[in-house]
Amino acid sequence: MKKTLFALAASVAVMLSGQALADGHAKTKACFIYIGPTGDFGWTYQHDQGRLAVEAAFGDKVETAYLENVPESAEAQRPIEAFARNGCNIIFTTSFNYMDPTNKAAKKHPKVKFEHATGFKRESPNVSTYSSKFYQGRYVQGQIAASISKTGVAGYIASFPIPEVVRGINAFILGAQSVNPDYKLKVVWVSTWFDPPKEADAAKALIDQGVDIITQHTDSTAAMQVASERGIKAFGQASDMIKFGPNTQLTAIIDDWAPYYVERVKAVIDGTWETQDVWHGMDHGSVVMAPYTNMPDDVAALATKTAAAIKDGSLEPFTGPVTKQDGTVWLKDGEKSDIGTLLGMNFYVKGVDDKLPQ
Amino acid sequence: MDVWASIILSVCAASTPLLIAATGELVVERSGVLNLGVEGMMIMGAVAAFATAQVTGNPYFGAVAAIIVGAAFSLLFAFLTLTLVANQVATGLALTILGLGLSGMIGESFVGHPGVRMEAINIPLLSDIPVIGKIIFGQDLIFYVSIALLAGVAWFLFKTRAGLMLRSVGDSHNSAHALGIQVIKIRYMAILFGGACAGLAGGHLSLVYVPQWVEGMTAGRGWIALALVVFASWRPGRLLIGAYLFGAVTIGQFHAQAVGVPIPAQFLTSLPYLATIVVLVLIARNRRLTMINTPAALGTSFVPDR
Repeated sequence: MKKTLFALAASVAVMLSGQALADGHAKTKACFIYIGPTGDFGWTYQHDQGRLAVEAAFGDKVETAYLENVPESAEAQRPIEAFARNGCNIIFTTSFNYMDPTNKAAKKHPKVKFEHATGFKRESPNVSTYSSKFYQGRYVQGQIAASISKTGVAGYIASFPIPEVVRGINAFILGAQSVNPDYKLKVVWVSTWFDPPKEADAAKALIDQGVDIITQHTDSTAAMQVASERGIKAFGQASDMIKFGPNTQLTAIIDDWAPYYVERVKAVIDGTWETQDVWHGMDHGSVVMAPYTNMPDDVAALATKTAAAIKDGSLEPFTGPVTKQDGTVWLKDGEKSDIGTLLGMNFYVKGVDDKLPQ
Repeated sequence: MDVWASIILSVCAASTPLLIAATGELVVERSGVLNLGVEGMMIMGAVAAFATAQVTGNPYFGAVAAIIVGAAFSLLFAFLTLTLVANQVATGLALTILGLGLSGMIGESFVGHPGVRMEAINIPLLSDIPVIGKIIFGQDLIFYVSIALLAGVAWFLFKTRAGLMLRSVGDSHNSAHALGIQVIKIRYMAILFGGACAGLAGGHLSLVYVPQWVEGMTAGRGWIALALVVFASWRPGRLLIGAYLFGAVTIGQFHAQAVGVPIPAQFLTSLPYLATIVVLVLIARNRRLTMINTPAALGTSFVPDR
C-alpha cells in the first residue's frame, strides 16, 4: 500500500515534468524503475549510481527520472506506462519480475526503448535485456576465503534457490577448491532478499557451526556487522560495505551499471539503439571488486591476478574438470560450460555441504 | 559448551523484541482493544532509537527515545479509536502503513551508517562464569527489561486492583462503566503502554540485534508479536514460552541447515510459523479455556450511553 502511494505520487510528478518537457527542447530522457529505495545501500543504490553517471556523462543533453519502491507485480505496469507516455525515450526496469509489465508496455509504445535487467523476454524489437556475471566475483572470493580460512569452512547466506544464486555458490566453491581442494562450504537459506535480523541470525548460526568466513547473497549489511562483532571475516554484497566492517570486509562484489547505462543512453542519442541481450562481466567493468582489505599481501596479489585473468578472458570460472555434487562429471578437463547451463543452473558442484532445495 | 552459550544468546536476541512487543499488546488486548499497529509502532521505535543513538552517541538515550516515540505514535491510535470511536482494525492497519512509510522518510539520511551498539553489560566475576555467566549476567539491558516487564505485567494483571479493573474493562466495558470505572482512561493508558513496549522492541532491533537503520527492517516482527498474544491465550506465562519457542525454532532451523539435516530448507524456514499454527490449533481445541481467557469485549468500540 505504502509503495503504491509512493508510486502514485511519483507518477504524478513524472506527468508534470513530462508536460514541461513537451513544450521545451528535445532532450533525451532516461527513466528508471527501482524495486527498493535508492538508499538501500545495495541493489537499487547501485542502479541509481548508474543513473547519476548518465547525468554526469551527458550533462544538458539528457534528463533523468526515477521511481522508487515500485512493487514487483502487475502494479508495475502503470508507472512504466506513465514514463512511456510522458516523454521518456529509454526506460530501465531494474528487477526480474518487471519482465511482463515491461514487455506489455513496450508493445504499446513502440517508439520508446525498454531495457529490462536480469530478464530473458524480448517480445518486441524495442526491448533489450541485460545482466551481469556476478559469479566471476564469487570465484575470486572463493580463492580468498580458502587462502585465509583456518577452519576450512565458509558460510554462505543464500536467498532463494534460483540459478543466479546457485551459480554464485558454485563459483565460490570452485574458486576455493582451486586453492584448497578440500575446502567446504555450508549454505543456509533464509527465503528472503531482505530481512536484516534474519540475515544476522543466519550469520550467527553459521559462525557457531564453525565457519570463519561469511559470504551472502542477500541485500542487507547485517551479516557483515555480525561477522565484525564475532571477529571473523566477510564479503560485501552488491555494494562496498566496508563502513559496516572496517576490519572485517575482505572485498565486495560491486555491481557497476554505469558503463552500460551510459553506453545505452548514448545509443539512443545517436540513434543507433538496437535490441540486444547482454551479460557483461568484469571485462566490461560491470562487475567490480572492492579493494582487497584485511588480508595478507600474497592473498591480495592472488586475488588481483585472478580478477585480471577473468577480465582478459584467460580464466573462466566454470572450466573443467568439474564434478557435480552427486559425483557425476559435469565438465571434462578444459571443457567450458555453455551459457544455457549457466543460466539455468540447478545443481551443486562437489564440495558444497548442503542439499539444494528444489 | 561455549557454542551452546552462544546459541542460547542468539535465541534470547531473537526472542526479546517479540516478547516486549507482545507483552505490550497483551495489556492492550486485555483492556479490550485490538491494536494491529504493532509493526508500525515498532518500526517508528527502531528509527527513533537509531537516530537518537547516532546523534547523541548514547544507545540508552536511543532506547528512551524509542519508548517515547512508540507511545506517542500509539496516542494517535488511541485518539482515533477511543475519542473518535473509529474502527479498531482499520485504524490499526492504517497505523502500520503510516509507520512503515513515515519511518522510511525520517530515516532516509541515516541509511548506510553503522549504528551505535548497546553493548552487553559486564559484571566482573559473575559475567565470567563459564556458560551461564554470559547468559544470566552478560546480556544487554533490554533483555533484562523484557523479563522484568513480563513479570511486572503478570503481577499487575492478576495481583492488583488496577489490573482487575483493566481486565474487567476488557471483558465488558458496559458493566465496568456502570460500576464507575473510567473505561476510556484505562484504555488510553493501556494503549500508551502497548505503544511504549512496541517502540522499545523496535529499539532493540536497531540498537542490539542489528545496529543499523534500513527501511522496513522490522520485516513483519510486529505481526508475529500479535500472533503470539493469541498463541499465549492472553496469559503472560505462555507468552514467555511462545516468544522463546519461536526464537528457538528460528535459530534452531538455521543450525539444522548448517549441520546439513536432510530436510528441505523451505520447510525449515517455515518451521517457526508452522509451530505457531500447531500450538494455536491445540489451544483452540480447549474451547472452555479459550473462552475464559479471551477478553470478551476485544475489538469493540465503547460509547458511553449515559
